[in-house]
Amino acid sequence: MVGILAIGQTLIILTAGVDLSNGSVMAFGTIVMTKLAVMHGMNPFVAIALGIAACLGFGVLNGLLVTVLRLPPFIVTLGTLNIAFALTHITSNEETIANLPDPVVFFGNTFHFAGTTITYGAVLAVALTLLTWFVLTKTVAGRHVYATGNNPDAARLAGVRTRRVLLGVYATAGLLYGIAALVLVGRTGVGDPQAGQSGNLDSITAVVVGGTSLFGGRGSVLGTLVGTLIVGIFRNGLQLMGVPAIYQFLITGVLVILAVAVDQLSRRRQA
Amino acid sequence: MSAVEARVPVLEARGLVKRYGVVIALDGADFDLYPGEILALIGDNGAGKSTLIKTLSGAIVPDRGEILLNGTPVHFRNPLEARRSGIETVYQDLALAPALDIAENLFLGREVRRRDIIGTLLRVTDRPRMLREARAHIADLKINVRSMKQPVETLSGGQRQGVAVARAAAFASRVVIMDEPTAALGVRESGMVLDLIREVRARGTPVVLISHNMPQVFEIADRLHVMRLGRRVATITPASHTMTEAVALMTGASSFHGTGG
Repeated sequence: MVGILAIGQTLIILTAGVDLSNGSVMAFGTIVMTKLAVMHGMNPFVAIALGIAACLGFGVLNGLLVTVLRLPPFIVTLGTLNIAFALTHITSNEETIANLPDPVVFFGNTFHFAGTTITYGAVLAVALTLLTWFVLTKTVAGRHVYATGNNPDAARLAGVRTRRVLLGVYATAGLLYGIAALVLVGRTGVGDPQAGQSGNLDSITAVVVGGTSLFGGRGSVLGTLVGTLIVGIFRNGLQLMGVPAIYQFLITGVLVILAVAVDQLSRRRQA
Repeated sequence: MSAVEARVPVLEARGLVKRYGVVIALDGADFDLYPGEILALIGDNGAGKSTLIKTLSGAIVPDRGEILLNGTPVHFRNPLEARRSGIETVYQDLALAPALDIAENLFLGREVRRRDIIGTLLRVTDRPRMLREARAHIADLKINVRSMKQPVETLSGGQRQGVAVARAAAFASRVVIMDEPTAALGVRESGMVLDLIREVRARGTPVVLISHNMPQVFEIADRLHVMRLGRRVATITPASHTMTEAVALMTGASSFHGTGG
């Protein structure tokens, strides 16, 4: 789930932006799809589509605010973070939505492979990572994302439609948050207004630990997958060792600072 | 001179005006560029050189006046339209994306796509072909770099400028415009870039050059377009005037009008 959020976060950070809203947007998506499916008895597939569309809508909103009003992404997504957070709690009435139909929780199902249990959600996360990697490295649109993040003026003067690139990035990220919402519902089995709210910081952590520069134009979504795994394994390992949850935060914090410090130092030496 | 004057200018401007509030950047500026020449734009700071170049390259839309390309009026609303008409510009320092490699920078904004179905449908780039063509363009101008896969940030200032010039030269069918191409470079690297500019001219593309470096301008330019207070005050040649006389024209100490106008 964090893995998919982190893909969207990678796209945005590659354009020298940042998305603080993704955890809340994802949570809003989970409430939309579960509430429509359970309380309004809607066809589960339609409910899923509308939940994903809600997240896409937030992505487009972020993108429009960044490109048309030219507001800094930090502020825009801080705003939409609060809006999505409020909408999540208003629409859910602070209640957890249970008794979900099968299609909504599909990605929580597991299968056995080579002696381990794997969720379909994890497979989806890896598949989306590979797809995004392909688009970023092999297609015109992907190269324009890097160019726009690396030197927006040069990209614009070279004929790249940088605003369209940015809007596309935020919209795509929104779509990914919608898919992450579906995976999250599968994992928890309920529509929980509290779930996933810290996804913004977790996804930024994964992206940064994965070696993508916060200044844009450098990095890889494959690195983000590794970052997600490192952070996940770290936390999981600490949990298995019986380290209290609060220390896991402490260590994650140290990890982020270390990752950025290493990145900065190696760059300074190059320059 | 008369032989040159008789020809149709490749690029021509008449009475360009551009105001920013109360500031008048261009005050009825004229401009002529003839085939196969290197034209240097000289003038004091604030004389309107950059504004003039930006209107010619589509980055600024003038308030008044007209621009003619091979005698036909054109109206560029953005740099892309100017580029489509064959006018390429080398900007002073925002030309390249440092993290991208040479080939990617050369083809930025006009990536070559694969010709098969995934190229058209998914817009997948044809990387081998871009690397091959980049190598050819770079070799064409005798620029010395090791690999097309080198990120631009690993290059020296002169090499970077070389990449920027190569990009312009590769795609310019009519005019190459350069804004202070040697400003940030050392002596040896400046010499290299000057050779590049001559190479571009030798391949048949006329070059417009902004520079503050008088000795350089007199070394390389065929003609000099002198600007002052948003207007062209004279067009001279390195043969017709000395550097001191050119500076006098720039600063208004002399009001001599040259052969142009």
